[in-house]
Amino acid sequence: MTIRHHISDQILLAYAGGQLSEAFSLVVATHISLCDECRARAGAFDALGGAMLDSAGTEPMPDDAVEDVLARITSLPQAPRAPSRAPMRTDPRVPAPLRDYIGGSLDGVRWRSLGTGARQAILPTGRDATARLLCIPAGQQMPDHGHNGLEMTLVLQGAFLDGAVRFGVGDVEIADQSTEHRPVAEAWGDCICLAATDSKLRFSGLIPRLAQPFFRI
Amino acid sequence: MLRDADAGTNVDGNSGAAAYVAGCDGEFVFGKGQGRVADGNGTDWGALLLRVRDGQDKVAFAALFRHFAPRVKGFLMKSGASAQLAEECAQDVMATLWQKAHLFDPARASVATWVFTIARNRRIDALRKARRPEPEDLPWGPEPEPDQAEVYEAQQETTRLGDAIARLPEKQRVLIERAFWGEMSHSEIASETGLPLGTIKSRIRLAMERLRQQMDEGEDRT
Repeated sequence: MTIRHHISDQILLAYAGGQLSEAFSLVVATHISLCDECRARAGAFDALGGAMLDSAGTEPMPDDAVEDVLARITSLPQAPRAPSRAPMRTDPRVPAPLRDYIGGSLDGVRWRSLGTGARQAILPTGRDATARLLCIPAGQQMPDHGHNGLEMTLVLQGAFLDGAVRFGVGDVEIADQSTEHRPVAEAWGDCICLAATDSKLRFSGLIPRLAQPFFRI
Repeated sequence: MLRDADAGTNVDGNSGAAAYVAGCDGEFVFGKGQGRVADGNGTDWGALLLRVRDGQDKVAFAALFRHFAPRVKGFLMKSGASAQLAEECAQDVMATLWQKAHLFDPARASVATWVFTIARNRRIDALRKARRPEPEDLPWGPEPEPDQAEVYEAQQETTRLGDAIARLPEKQRVLIERAFWGEMSHSEIASETGLPLGTIKSRIRLAMERLRQQMDEGEDRT
């Protein structure tokens, strides 16, 4: 897998700082699980957090705080010392962070039709942003939409083209309100993406707009 | 090598340990073997955490607590927590450090970085009542015999990054402060401006080399 489209520095910084809502964090964590380069970059931003903690200044703790915590931890068993091996992926398209949300496999996802051939499944994240799986049939367009805010789309299966730019498995497209784009699934097969948006999508066509309240788009 | 040195001090164990509790404000270095790292205060936090990890050493834990708990409390209060909540969370963070010490990999992160990630996650949980999905773990845990040069690099990076942040232009420094204890605006998050920080770039290069190397070793084993 060659990943060409990565997470930006600003978004990795926001992720390291714990600034992103759950839906965006899910896209970042899923991409990092597939992308060594972004894993290394995310580690560097965590290290920046370490330096900030180190220089944050101190606030005094009560004198007996150490003893309290020692009493607490010694009454509890230490977590198992076996190395934490990642469990085998049941579905190679679904890295661990996403697996927690869809229960193992893309095959078990309960899709709902968007009326245009495309299907979606909303994932159970906090409500300040929405994460959804999108399935676009081979050769078809994603419903025409612009954005009121940030949108991140990660390819899990197949590929889509946005203009002349191709996004394959592991690639992330980052779009904001200035982007009017119309991704088209490649002709060879259905394209499945994980997408996060921090406000409602604006669909340009009449029918998808009418459908919006029903589909929570 | 780190382990040998630790084993050596473990023999006369508690007397040596008591000495660095007295000095836990950190004006001395214990163990002077190669690969030892001390921060600006002269204390080798990585070695102390390894003593917690490998020997459930309470004295080492107390020294870590006295250094890091007030910093975690300060960090959480800067993020908007009340003194009482920050104090409770700082205690939770240090308890987590004890319980998850076996996951600490001194070749991957400094103690400050590791404590930061625990504190950040506790903050998201306590202040925002939200979840932060984490990347899939790599299929290998901490190496039993980490490369000492890598340990040295990783343990030193907090000091080096701190110096680099202090030298940044005001605008970038403020952005980093907002990312870690303020709030980034939506347009800042959506912006594509990079953070041209040389120290970060070299840190990323090292981490990439390490990932590739471990990937190769993993393939050799299978």
